[in-house]
Amino acid sequence: MSGGLVDVNALIGGHPFRDIPHPEPGILLRVLEREMIRAAWVGHLPSAFWRDSLPGNARLYEALASHSPKLRPVPVVRPDWPGWERAVAEANARGAPAVRAYPPQWRMGPDDAHMAALARACAEAGLVLLLTVRFEDARQRHWMDAAGDLSGAAIRHIVRAADARIIVTAAGRALIEEVHWGLTPEERARLFWDISWIWGPPEDDLAHLLRTVGASRFVYGTHWPLRLAQTPRANLALLPDDVADPKLADPDDIVRLAGAR
Amino acid sequence: MSPREVAPDHPAGDVPLIDVHAHFWHPGTGRADWEAPNRARLRAGARIGISCHIGSILGSFGHTSPTYLPSPADVTTGNDAMLAIAEGEGSLVRAYVAVNPNDGRHALDEIERCVARGAIGIKLAASRRADHPLLDPIAELAADHGLPVLHHIWQHRRQEWPGQEASDGVELARLAGRHPRVWFILAHIGGGGDYRHTFAAAGDVPNILFDLSGSGVDRGMLDDAVASVGTERLVWGSDITMETGLAKLLALEELGLPPAGLEDVRWRTAARVFPPGSFARLGGGVRKARTA
Repeated sequence: MSGGLVDVNALIGGHPFRDIPHPEPGILLRVLEREMIRAAWVGHLPSAFWRDSLPGNARLYEALASHSPKLRPVPVVRPDWPGWERAVAEANARGAPAVRAYPPQWRMGPDDAHMAALARACAEAGLVLLLTVRFEDARQRHWMDAAGDLSGAAIRHIVRAADARIIVTAAGRALIEEVHWGLTPEERARLFWDISWIWGPPEDDLAHLLRTVGASRFVYGTHWPLRLAQTPRANLALLPDDVADPKLADPDDIVRLAGAR
Repeated sequence: MSPREVAPDHPAGDVPLIDVHAHFWHPGTGRADWEAPNRARLRAGARIGISCHIGSILGSFGHTSPTYLPSPADVTTGNDAMLAIAEGEGSLVRAYVAVNPNDGRHALDEIERCVARGAIGIKLAASRRADHPLLDPIAELAADHGLPVLHHIWQHRRQEWPGQEASDGVELARLAGRHPRVWFILAHIGGGGDYRHTFAAAGDVPNILFDLSGSGVDRGMLDDAVASVGTERLVWGSDITMETGLAKLLALEELGLPPAGLEDVRWRTAARVFPPGSFARLGGGVRKARTA
């Protein structure tokens, strides 16, 4: 990556089911500096659990306004909410590189037509669509956190629906392989994965995926503030020599591919 | 620059480092690539700067009997394989003897046999609830030999899980209370569940240590651990995700702990509770750290 690392999977705000220390933009900026990350795409974590995401987007834009371009807003668009197209337009107008969507939290099935519509809208607007497989390990979830993980079938449906660029965060090897090898080469070329939840040694899942799926399909992501931001750095540092220093995809290039500014 | 390019040889420093929670594989575990994770562990361990991997093999890891409920034959095969790896790697790898308390006589015999061959601790998985009396003879033998017991723990077990009879901090605390001469290592606070429940359940039991391993890297977990039990009762481990182990080492450095506190977690507490002479490889590093 010529311009330095970009974290596509950062968030601000609290989590409804556990305490998270200091999930604020100012702390995130310090973390980026420590981790030598040039910039971050930042979402608003509470919005994932709110029925109407628009108030969360307003808070996100306000919180990040003074931190541009280091922190770039990634608002939520809920495509079964009346007037959702305006949220896409606003994201575009405010220079967001992407929008986030949370089908499991909205009880959308794997072939939900609303998500296909959102993918088409993102393609038309030149916005990347960012999906999240999970926020927490299934073993620790609160009993009220019943959404479940984003499925491979849902991802395939969205990728096939439109010529949008899509980043999926917080996926593990099994899901990545299920989706990647279940798409055509043209469809795969639209899809990227962050490395925040992929296991390293001794199983070496990340190394395996770099060899088979290819480094160009992966982007850097931390899942801060839910997870330690050091984890992807540690994972890359432990790669075997044959895949050391992989040339991950540059999120700025993905944005350009998406046809954005 | 990439993270690898800017990282030093040992990204988390050169202070001695003991991994109290490692696993290895053998041909009877049913995976054709069984050597690959063993090699990967040693490769990544060299990169991290691990001075000693204390490993165990849980029978056949599910191939011929369940991982957490291994048959006596699989227990023996697994322990033999683990001891062979330790013997082959010298002081870089040491062995736990893994046992199933439901086969009580076999478990005690296995401990004696494997200690005679160099095992330095006992590994209990999830074969029987931790507070069951079947574990008492094992704990008594551990006390007699001065062996710590690494016990697989679910952080707040809220249900029965298939394939295991898991325990949580409440149940391990009962066992530890009955055996105050034994050091118990509560496994992988990052291994699933709610570590805050664990600290509340076992934080007041002085002969329980907490290993940091597990794939979970929740922000706040390390802060909570230090605040709950202090660095003197935390031990570092990686289990089957070494990248999260390294991430935790890097994060510990950001907590502002004094050097002695970091040394506690990295090696000093482990060196204190395992039998004397277990970590010959640390030699110079230990002397250097003690005089720092």
